Amino acid sequence: MQASLSLSVSNPAAIPRSSHGFESSIPFPSKPVNLRFCGLRREALGFSSASTYPLSTSRSSRSVARSNKVSASLGSANGSSSAPKSFDYDLIIIGAGVGGHGAALHAVEKGLKTAIVEGDVVGGTCVNRGCVPSKALLAVSGRMRELQNEHHLKALGLQVSAAGYDRQGVADHANNLAMKIRGNLTNSMKALGVDILTGFGAVLGPQKVKVGKDTVVTAKDIIIATGSVPFVPKGIEVDGKTVITSDHALKLEFVPDWIAIVGSGYIGLEFSDVYTALGSEVTFVEALDQLMPGFDPEIGKLAQRVLINPRKIDYHTGVFATKITPAKDGKPVTIELIDAKTKEPKETLEVDAALIATGRAPFTNGLGLENINVATQRGFIPVDERMRVIDSNGDLVPHLFCIGDANGKMMLAHAASAQGISVVEQLTGRDHVLNHLSIPAACFTHPEISMVGLTEPQAREKAELEGFEVAVAKTSFKANTKALAENEGEGLAKLIYRPDNGEILGVHIFGLHAADLIHEASNAIALGTRIQDLKLAVHAHPTLSEVLDELFKSAKVNAHVGRSPVAEPVAV
Amino acid sequence: MAHLLQTSFLPSSPCLRANPDRSSSSTSSPMVQISRRRSKTGGVVQAKIREIFMPALSSTMTEGKIVSWVKSEGEKLAKGESVVVVESDKADMDVETFYDGYLAAIMVEEGGVAAVGSAIALLAETEDEIEAARSKAAGSSSSASSSPAAASTAADPIPAEITAPPAASAPIAVTPVAKLASAVHPASDGGKRVVASPYAKKLAKELKVDLAAIAGSGPLGRIVAKDVEAAAAAPAPLAATTAAPPPAASPNVELGTVVPFTTMQGAVSRNMLESLSVPTFRVGYTITTDALDALYKKIKSKGVTMTALLAKATALALAKHPVVNSSCRDGNSFTYNSSINIAVAVAIDGGLITPVLQDADKSDIYSMSRKWKELVDKARAKQLQPHEYNTGTFTLSNLGMFGVDRFDAILPPGTGAIMAVGASQPTAVGTKDGRIGIKNQMQVNVTADHRVIYGADLAAFLQTLSKIIEDPKDLTF
Repeated sequence: MQASLSLSVSNPAAIPRSSHGFESSIPFPSKPVNLRFCGLRREALGFSSASTYPLSTSRSSRSVARSNKVSASLGSANGSSSAPKSFDYDLIIIGAGVGGHGAALHAVEKGLKTAIVEGDVVGGTCVNRGCVPSKALLAVSGRMRELQNEHHLKALGLQVSAAGYDRQGVADHANNLAMKIRGNLTNSMKALGVDILTGFGAVLGPQKVKVGKDTVVTAKDIIIATGSVPFVPKGIEVDGKTVITSDHALKLEFVPDWIAIVGSGYIGLEFSDVYTALGSEVTFVEALDQLMPGFDPEIGKLAQRVLINPRKIDYHTGVFATKITPAKDGKPVTIELIDAKTKEPKETLEVDAALIATGRAPFTNGLGLENINVATQRGFIPVDERMRVIDSNGDLVPHLFCIGDANGKMMLAHAASAQGISVVEQLTGRDHVLNHLSIPAACFTHPEISMVGLTEPQAREKAELEGFEVAVAKTSFKANTKALAENEGEGLAKLIYRPDNGEILGVHIFGLHAADLIHEASNAIALGTRIQDLKLAVHAHPTLSEVLDELFKSAKVNAHVGRSPVAEPVAV
Repeated sequence: MAHLLQTSFLPSSPCLRANPDRSSSSTSSPMVQISRRRSKTGGVVQAKIREIFMPALSSTMTEGKIVSWVKSEGEKLAKGESVVVVESDKADMDVETFYDGYLAAIMVEEGGVAAVGSAIALLAETEDEIEAARSKAAGSSSSASSSPAAASTAADPIPAEITAPPAASAPIAVTPVAKLASAVHPASDGGKRVVASPYAKKLAKELKVDLAAIAGSGPLGRIVAKDVEAAAAAPAPLAATTAAPPPAASPNVELGTVVPFTTMQGAVSRNMLESLSVPTFRVGYTITTDALDALYKKIKSKGVTMTALLAKATALALAKHPVVNSSCRDGNSFTYNSSINIAVAVAIDGGLITPVLQDADKSDIYSMSRKWKELVDKARAKQLQPHEYNTGTFTLSNLGMFGVDRFDAILPPGTGAIMAVGASQPTAVGTKDGRIGIKNQMQVNVTADHRVIYGADLAAFLQTLSKIIEDPKDLTF
């Protein structure tokens, strides 16, 4: 009774809440826009499958026609403010990675005449040298792990004879996947009528882009989405054979007996998962005092217990690798380590290979930023919260935006795409600010790690500053039926929230399929859904999603609606 | 007072060496009661350092291994939080705290083993007491198996977790003696670098093998996992029966005492237990050695030993029966070894070792005899390199020199078969034509892993071996 009453109260409230963060200055004429970024991206991919239709040509011509009409109307609307000149395009995007792709599809959807400039291959880092091929390798490593875990198999009553792998076959799988996804992206853009201009793009001046050597194209608005490259610290000599970055590692040209991984962030962690499953031993070199510095400390500790300690991995923390020399003339790869604090030389490692996973550096050289008086900061292009580029005087550069790794706000493929969509929203008449705290992140180890929002220390710091109370709830995968059926009970979900109003501040999951489980929490943050409402949502039984169900139910919210907390916090 | 309190916490002080049994709560130390009264009446900050005990996680558990500390020293604990993961005889389990406080000192490090009921860490109630607790831990860390001070929490329904011997300490009077638990990397050992792979290091810690003492067989002399395994196993792998001579010969054993195993003896013990998981069976054979004895007499002057002759004969027979030279490493497959390396058990002071004659089927009998002499000398001097004692694919154990006519060997883990060789002695033999004659005969008895080597395999191998020994011309080609 009580529940149904509160439901009826919260339902109408959900509508204004869902548009939280949007301040529509000009209401869009055609239809009420109800945007969900994740949903949009999926929609965009849906087009890519549609593009295999023979209808693709007529489809593209139609969309071009539509875009012309819209641009004309926009042009007349803005005609008074800007110089009356005609543009080749409404929008040019420099860089056809996931960010540029997301922006391009949404721009077409919104009727903009759009071109995308690519100097390398369509798909960018994510598709060609990042998330996509690494998922292929991780799919292999996950299966190898299962097949090698005799204890685990025995517990399930399975008998499998010795598992082995063919390196080239694994490498081919990763390469084929990248090729396939790249083809999908290219086709989806072509099918929608996005012009793909080949050549390096540079900003010549306001609203002017040079493509390749001498083609100049004009556009009403420009989005820079040039992404990033692996960051290699000074003193490290990358030869692509024994001292490598993720770019080389994903080709899996060899599986060393012993590989040092410099950096224990998510890239390093994922590769440690791949390499140890394929039989390598791994040594982590981490500059900070503990491994996995980016993760919530509690999750990091559990992850270390499961992903590092029982595996053939050791580590050095609090050390810098000052010099790494590739193997040659029968000598191994040498890594000179110094203490991160005292700078005293500590020791020298001799290994078969070294993977540099110390993060990524923005790829912004040669973009012609000097033409518009923009100075990069450590390579990143400064932007405001609406991704508008800021010049060296601190002023906004009109008609110029930067999204994705190049602005360094959140270096994730889906964040870039969301930023691109946000920019297109602004260009087409609706103000929009992206809430980065609602963007989930995942690390695809076995088991996976995922997170959204703040870590516990960040939340506590914020709470102290702003004077609110923070509470933490946890549930264990050990209590989840589905996880136990899979014999994968190792795992933890952690909710950081405000007990006074039920706002979710952060959710961190370590356990089976964590990367797929996080979206219930990230969507709740994006939509502003409160825990007291989530508690009433129903989850299918038995599923892993019940881990989150229990998590929300175990939170104690002092909400005025009068719901009593459902469960005591579960100690794990 | 403070002084008195402080000293009373040192487990070395006998007054606190009370019965560790938690049920005897009534025997709680008077010292503790004083401290309590004091804290109640005097309004002094209540000072409590609790001990975290190794819990009994199952009815059969007697000791537990610390898998990992979930919390680290100095960290704050809330009631119900997991503190430590303990591996019992059945499973890994998270152990929770029943009290709020700070994890002041870890007394048993990760990987360490402690008896049920012994203190594994100290829990301080306030931050101020952490130092006090640490100095206490530093004083008592050596006595992991003894649990000081009886506890007053017998009413505790859960047979584990944390019991609290209420202890008191005045924070002022304590000199902080922090326990340094920094992991010194072996490779940085005072310039003398040891290069060992991550897994090798992990194994070395687990098997308590000193990395500095073993030579690596990996690329550029790197120590890899199998070197560590070999170092732990190699001093061991043999038939328990062969160990007999030295102890019997050395009268300097003090009777009525308990002498702990040396590292080598510990390794033997482990290996012997491990061998129980292998389904072995035995096949015996009687071989006439007249021809072999004659050959031996002939070439003895050239330095040829009987051991080398037997090893050579065995290797030639193995070459015809590769399955007998195989092993079962993972329970799922045959590992067919590419070379025939004959390990021969040698009793040395305080244990036994198995020097290996590599490629025994391919090397000639003279160089093999020289090699054997060299190996035995090195073994006695304990200078064998790992590849000289851990690469055997088939083992020989010979007790014939003691007059033993037949015995039974235990299969060394990781190999497929071992042959026990008895003494060759004159035997009355009936022949087919109905006569009785005297022939020199020896009995051999092969123990093999039946997962890979079957009865017929052994029988065929032994038949080949007997033919080679009875017609030994191939041994000296």
